[in-house]
Amino acid sequence: MTSLWWILAGIVALLSSGVPALLGPRRSVIRQRLGAALMVVGGALGLTGLALALRDPRPASLDLAALASLGRFSVAVDPISIVFLAPVFVVPVLGALYGLGYWRQSENPANGRKVSFFYGMLAGSMALVVVSRDGVLFLVAWEVMALAAFFAATAEDDLPAVRRAGWIYLVATHVGTMLLFAMFALFRQATGSFALSPVPSEVCGTGLASGIFVLALLGFGFKAGLMPLHVWLPGAHANAPSHVSAVMSGVMLKMGLYGIVRMASLLGPGPVWWGAVLLVAGVSSGILGLAFAIAQHDLKRLLAYSSIENIGIIAMGVGLALLGRSLNRMDWVVLGLGGALLHVWNHSLFKSLLFLGAGAVIHATGTRQIDRLGGLAGRMPRVTCLFALASVAICALPPLNGFAGEWLLYLGLFGTLGTDGGVSWPTAALAAAALAMIGALAVVCFVKLFGVMFLGGPRSGAAIAAHDPGMTLLGPMAALAAGCLVLGILPWLTVPLLDRAAENWAGGGAATIPPILSVAPLSWISVMGVVLMGAVAALGLPLRLLLRRRNVASAGTWDCGYARPAFRMQYTGSSFGQTLAALFAWALWPVRHAPQIQGFLPTATRYQGDTPDTVLERLILPIFHMAERLLPRLRLLQQGKVHIYVVYFLLALLALLLWGRLGN
Amino acid sequence: MITINILIHVLLMLTMPPLLLGVINKTKSLFAGRVGPPLFQAYYDLAKLMRKGFVISTTTTWVFLAAPVVSLVTVALAGLLVPLGSFDAPIAFIGDAILFAYLLGLGRFFTTAAALDTGSSFEGMGAAREVTFACFSEPALFFALLVLAKISGSLTLTGMLHGPLGVSLQAVSAPLILVVIGLFIILLAENCRIPVDDPNTHLELTMIHEVMVLDHGGPLLGLVLYGASLKLFVLGALFLHVAAPFQFGSAGLNWLLFIAEMLGLAVVVGMIESVMARLRMPHVPYLLIAAALFCGFGFILLVR
Repeated sequence: MTSLWWILAGIVALLSSGVPALLGPRRSVIRQRLGAALMVVGGALGLTGLALALRDPRPASLDLAALASLGRFSVAVDPISIVFLAPVFVVPVLGALYGLGYWRQSENPANGRKVSFFYGMLAGSMALVVVSRDGVLFLVAWEVMALAAFFAATAEDDLPAVRRAGWIYLVATHVGTMLLFAMFALFRQATGSFALSPVPSEVCGTGLASGIFVLALLGFGFKAGLMPLHVWLPGAHANAPSHVSAVMSGVMLKMGLYGIVRMASLLGPGPVWWGAVLLVAGVSSGILGLAFAIAQHDLKRLLAYSSIENIGIIAMGVGLALLGRSLNRMDWVVLGLGGALLHVWNHSLFKSLLFLGAGAVIHATGTRQIDRLGGLAGRMPRVTCLFALASVAICALPPLNGFAGEWLLYLGLFGTLGTDGGVSWPTAALAAAALAMIGALAVVCFVKLFGVMFLGGPRSGAAIAAHDPGMTLLGPMAALAAGCLVLGILPWLTVPLLDRAAENWAGGGAATIPPILSVAPLSWISVMGVVLMGAVAALGLPLRLLLRRRNVASAGTWDCGYARPAFRMQYTGSSFGQTLAALFAWALWPVRHAPQIQGFLPTATRYQGDTPDTVLERLILPIFHMAERLLPRLRLLQQGKVHIYVVYFLLALLALLLWGRLGN
Repeated sequence: MITINILIHVLLMLTMPPLLLGVINKTKSLFAGRVGPPLFQAYYDLAKLMRKGFVISTTTTWVFLAAPVVSLVTVALAGLLVPLGSFDAPIAFIGDAILFAYLLGLGRFFTTAAALDTGSSFEGMGAAREVTFACFSEPALFFALLVLAKISGSLTLTGMLHGPLGVSLQAVSAPLILVVIGLFIILLAENCRIPVDDPNTHLELTMIHEVMVLDHGGPLLGLVLYGASLKLFVLGALFLHVAAPFQFGSAGLNWLLFIAEMLGLAVVVGMIESVMARLRMPHVPYLLIAAALFCGFGFILLVR
């Protein structure tokens, strides 16, 4: 019980962290530091609460009836909440410390206070979303989160691109919220109250439950950024300040997944197609998200598309867990959900690290264009190391944390073959091959990003003058990197929590859940990770000695005999991803402005290629433009005179009255 | 006994790979009517490279130095997960097949990053091809693993690769034949042999693996070459399980059989290189997609 009070105190500290800045002068750095200190306090309080809740065998809950007039204030912490709360209490806190150097109020007097205030609001409301156990409270927290993210992300609202991204986000998030309203209405019909409690057994598996599930999938899918619903995500992430992008991508997207996981738990076992739908959505988000990412030129848009991919991987895990629950295969449940939840943590670590690293690069060079960078490794060696680590981690390569989560998921997908002679559903195993493709595509994406930005030579003047940032920026990044390493080498540390979360998720009535370690020998991952690092060190040290002893000559890169090589001739990010972008052209619909080159001595000309978001540009915006053309005709109804509106009221009431009479 | 087999495994894995390159080159020479380099030429080359000094490009960083080390270590670790012939792998645990694939992925990450580190557009081109083609060979490999897991009922690489012997071969022969074809294409593609890549060409525009290591020299090039031959050995051992799952009663004979099979595989690779031309670069993805389709159809045939 005390654990919940600690967590609530932490939430209050997070929510109010921006207040000192808001009440102070525009350029006050001290107020911003005070806000960051409040964030640290909030994070510490929250993590203490989580540690206490971990030791508490029963979920803590609190129901304040005194606030009945405002709706029930009902909150609780169970293992699923703990999993989703942990990133909320870690990533935004580190981001706030990073913001002290990255978005200094003294340098951003126009919007510094706004960012500080809504940043804290965003963090606190996300924590409230995860602990709330009442539909109304949930929606209130959800809306505060959505709006806080809007204001924090549109810090530089004097730029047209930022305003446009902000509007798209606002529309998308409210379409999602609208679907959630419908979902909670149906949910209330199923359970009789807004309380987030399991639906009665007679509703399980009915059409009503499926309706709730579909609405939850769509409504929360908008927030999570599952593939056709991701339209707001690239623009909003690209145009927000980098520490806000880190929180949005690392933590806020997970709130959508939390919603799906929570509702799937409350709805109980459903038909097989629930899991299948999520698996398909996950696979398509994963593959297409990366295809789009590879085709991007903008550093932060690329990272945003890669977030869609990671959300897809998590969705695959949840889909597998749903499938396992429908077919009563509890090992799939534990591996699917365990892999998904571990990936929630992993992604919040390495993606935040990548966004903070991107922020450091943008801070140092002033550009987000990958193809204008290059050779930063020599100029920003510390950021390079951290970014390289995050890139390896996000490609799910051993020995870092991405591998452990995906490995659990792979084991679950291989399990659907029914190799132990039990129930099988081998169609799901196709997702293992898709996941392999996702892994290979991620390597393309992040070798491109890391290699083109940091390695080679500088492609433009922007990259020449870059240098490492100070400890304010590097410290939070190093903390995230340490998290990636620890979870990669010691993934079994999370197992007790994951076991309990899976049990909590599947509900008490289900068959017994096998412990993760009985189906997945995670200790081997530790052993192999240590062996791998040890072997690299064992071979690297003699090489270092050799480099000292032998004659080491320096020369330019082999230029194949060309007399005047220049760094601008290096392979660019666009050319690196060109083959794949061409193979995925059916989905990417790239826009190319290629000039016709004619004659023996053609004049100077330009080539431009871009990959806008297919769903947004080819589907959503045309629909909105059509609506813009057609809907003004309805303005006939809007005369702006009060008595006309009163007539509408009267007519509407009469119509309802008639309907009621006829119905009887 | 097990300890001795593990010792033989490690010894064979560490010493035999360069011989495969010699056998391939000897086969190609015979086809071309030449005498060709000695069988042990790769060993002499490695010894020579290891004695040399370094020439390191001024644009490069630690990534360039780390890549040969990481790629060699990852391939060697992957080799410890693959059983040789009828013997169990030194390391086997549930899910090691996935680690196997991802270790090769880690090696690829560093090799391609090092290629970009030199700042040469040729090496960038090779790196782009390497990572792009992997997007098709990885799913093909996993389809093959799925087929083997389904047939054998095991999730360890050792179990998967020894498993097909246990069941009646007729029931699963059709999927296995498809998987053999798919795995052979993966073997050629991952090791950059004809028809995907030509290890002998000096025309940078058409190469994949060789072009990525243009700037590596001396001991670094030695590590790269040795790692490449080790990869051929490891993937070859994996392939041989499915293609030639034979064994005798005694351990000694089984080791001899494995060595003979491995040399035979090198001869086959050499023959293919002698009678085929390299594919045009835009056609390589189609070949790899074909490999994925072979393995995928094998999977569908099995679980239908």
